[in-house]
Amino acid sequence: MKSYKENLFKGITYTSALFVLFFLLSIISSIFKEGITIFGTIGIKDFLLGTAYYPTQEPPKFGVFSLILGSVYVTAGALLIAIPLGLGAAVYIAEIASLKIKEITKPIIELLAGIPSVVYGLFGITFLAPAIRQWFGLDSGLNIFSASIILGIMIIPIITSMSEDALNTIPKELREASLALGANKWETITKIIIPAAKSGIIGSILLGFGRAIGETMVVLMVAGGSAQIPHSIFSSVRPMTSAIAAEMGETVVGDLHYYALFALAMVLFVITLISNLITELVFLKQVKK
Amino acid sequence: MVDNQLQTTNLNLWFGNNHVLHDVNLGIKGKKITAIIGPSGCGKSTLLRTFNRMNDLIPEAKITGEVLLDGENVYNPKVDVTSIRTRIGMVFQKPNPFPKSIYNNVAYGLVIQKKYRKSEIQARVEESLKAAWIWEEVKDRLHESAMSLSGGQQQRLCIARALANNPEVLLLDEPTSALDPQSTAKIEELCLDLKNRVTILIVTHNIAQAGRISDYTAYMYLGELVEFGETNKVFTVPQDKRTEAYLTGVYG
Amino acid sequence: MNRRKLSQYVGINLLRLCLLITIAFLFLFLYIIISKGIGVISWSFLTQPPLKGMTEGGIYPALVGSFWLTLLAITIATPLGISTAIFLRCYGKPKWLMQIVRISINTLAGIPSIVYGLFGLAVFVNLLKFNVSLISGALTLAILALPLIINSGEEALRSVPGEFYDASLALGATVSQTIMRVLIPTALPNILTGIIISIGRVAGETAPIMFTAATFYTLKLPHSLSDEIMALPYHIYALITEGTHAESQVPIAYGTAVVLLFLVLGISALAIIIRYRIRKKRKW
Repeated sequence: MKSYKENLFKGITYTSALFVLFFLLSIISSIFKEGITIFGTIGIKDFLLGTAYYPTQEPPKFGVFSLILGSVYVTAGALLIAIPLGLGAAVYIAEIASLKIKEITKPIIELLAGIPSVVYGLFGITFLAPAIRQWFGLDSGLNIFSASIILGIMIIPIITSMSEDALNTIPKELREASLALGANKWETITKIIIPAAKSGIIGSILLGFGRAIGETMVVLMVAGGSAQIPHSIFSSVRPMTSAIAAEMGETVVGDLHYYALFALAMVLFVITLISNLITELVFLKQVKK
Repeated sequence: MVDNQLQTTNLNLWFGNNHVLHDVNLGIKGKKITAIIGPSGCGKSTLLRTFNRMNDLIPEAKITGEVLLDGENVYNPKVDVTSIRTRIGMVFQKPNPFPKSIYNNVAYGLVIQKKYRKSEIQARVEESLKAAWIWEEVKDRLHESAMSLSGGQQQRLCIARALANNPEVLLLDEPTSALDPQSTAKIEELCLDLKNRVTILIVTHNIAQAGRISDYTAYMYLGELVEFGETNKVFTVPQDKRTEAYLTGVYG
Repeated sequence: MNRRKLSQYVGINLLRLCLLITIAFLFLFLYIIISKGIGVISWSFLTQPPLKGMTEGGIYPALVGSFWLTLLAITIATPLGISTAIFLRCYGKPKWLMQIVRISINTLAGIPSIVYGLFGLAVFVNLLKFNVSLISGALTLAILALPLIINSGEEALRSVPGEFYDASLALGATVSQTIMRVLIPTALPNILTGIIISIGRVAGETAPIMFTAATFYTLKLPHSLSDEIMALPYHIYALITEGTHAESQVPIAYGTAVVLLFLVLGISALAIIIRYRIRKKRKW
């Protein structure tokens, strides 16, 4: 009698775990099933590298290169802001800050991490973008520059908390050895501790990258929405995520535009998948040590 | 009276409200090996760390009294602590090489100071590895990771690393307690060789080790310097009852 | 001051600056949102539906919609998630299966939220014909929340000392009894913290519900699972991008944002406080 209950219990947990796998496979298959269809009409190379994106024209053109580029630029801009600020803050908290400051800043950073992206977007479109427009004398503040700033702030907590964890795992013996050899605190941090925490820090940056490139609401509201190849930092762009979110409502199930957007989701999925895989490898390297 | 290279005068140390070192007056003679022995918790490691100001790392530590290196107080606020640590090196209980190459480990103390040319550093690295009796074992793999060495080799590497700074004093904090007997013997012999070039202060919980290699012995108990003198005298005719009790194994 | 000391001085202050800039951003951000939104909030704002073409009135339907959406999503995800966490911590054989499950969880965690939205559209709305509805949105959000609950659940179970497990088995309890009577109760505070954090996350998501559940305006409150709903995050987005009267609608958007922030940050703060209290009370 007892063993029947045991097996049932065990079976339930195994089933749940299998459900996770099932969900992943459903997501992959549904996205890919709908997405692949577009490649009957347009070749993969033309899709990925074509620069003419006119999905509502007759006949429609689906070259998404400008969308991909939009994602790349905005993400790059975000990382440019988030890495120095996020890492800098992490190193300060982990190595220099007093216990009191540590206790106060940790929850503050966690709070930052919990702010919904649509609120960031609201801030960007109603406050930051007009300010940028004024400061730089532009026609519109909705561009790569503004979106990068907001996106950057959004991913700082990810980089900070993970880098901080990585720095905290460095054993104090290494610090002691460095100081005992006559190095000062700064030299110890830059020459010994940060290099030793390298994998964790890189992992945090990769995670930030994945988050930024997959973010929808901020870029939807702040990046401008123009599906052209950007020519300056103040160009309006339409990253992949915005394209999907903005255009999905206008498509009919089963028309080419619908499939094209799923194909775009495929591209997005593959990019984040690769980024995740690299992150796993990076962490594997750290554990091996 | 020959001037002592290192001298503590009325040294007291607290960790918070814990009075850990009581009025320690200890004089260390240059180019000799001095051992500090005593039961666990008697403060010997703490005393060792006052010489190179490693206790500064502990926020609750408070110190009164003086620690003199060649007559200057190392705790003088005008003194740059990093220069003290260049002149007084330290080897720790558990070998702690950096996750870098063997070469870069030994070169670290010199690179930091930013005043040596590459050729000088190379020469000093080789010389230190030779002085630490590990050159032959690593000369063909200087750019491999230090973590690939065995425990005994890592400890000799740490000694080489400390020697590269050409310190006047070398502090050894139970350097062999994490090592096997062969490595221990090797390092003990190494110390006897090194005392010609650098003053050695070694903390050990192994009384026999102190007897084997040291010229002078200091016995500490509960934060007090109970007895100090030439090793063979302290071991054969201890002046204090507590010293005698420790040496004969009553406690410790 | 010599070169090395100067480098140290500059370096440390640069780091300090990074932290200060980050915190300054946060405070500026919160200040702007709260100052622009707090004026709109009143009891009627929270209890009235939108009026006069979304230029007046309140956000009550969005509050209700978000509430049901979150409640349903977490109710679906929690048993599934905790059960999987138990699998990972207490069973986990064969090893290759566990590896595959872990990889799946990590992959799911990394999928962008808009892709979840498309998945929900393709499967729940179209394939299973649930249409744009509360249930479609809740199911989509549930799968999104799953990795979070699993990971925090597993960590919570891991934090229980192995000795408790051994002691229970040594007294003759079965594995399932040990898990249900010892592990789960002991890990409960940490499990709850994880669930609370997931609630905060789910309540703030917009992209997954854009095509699966949310609508800009609906007259009635949701009565059944198949109703479309309004939701707080979507409401903010819709007011800004689909609204036609900026002067009256932007303040409402800010007000909604303040309410959403208050709920989400309040929930996160709750989780942090609970976790802090547990750590203090812990006797092991």
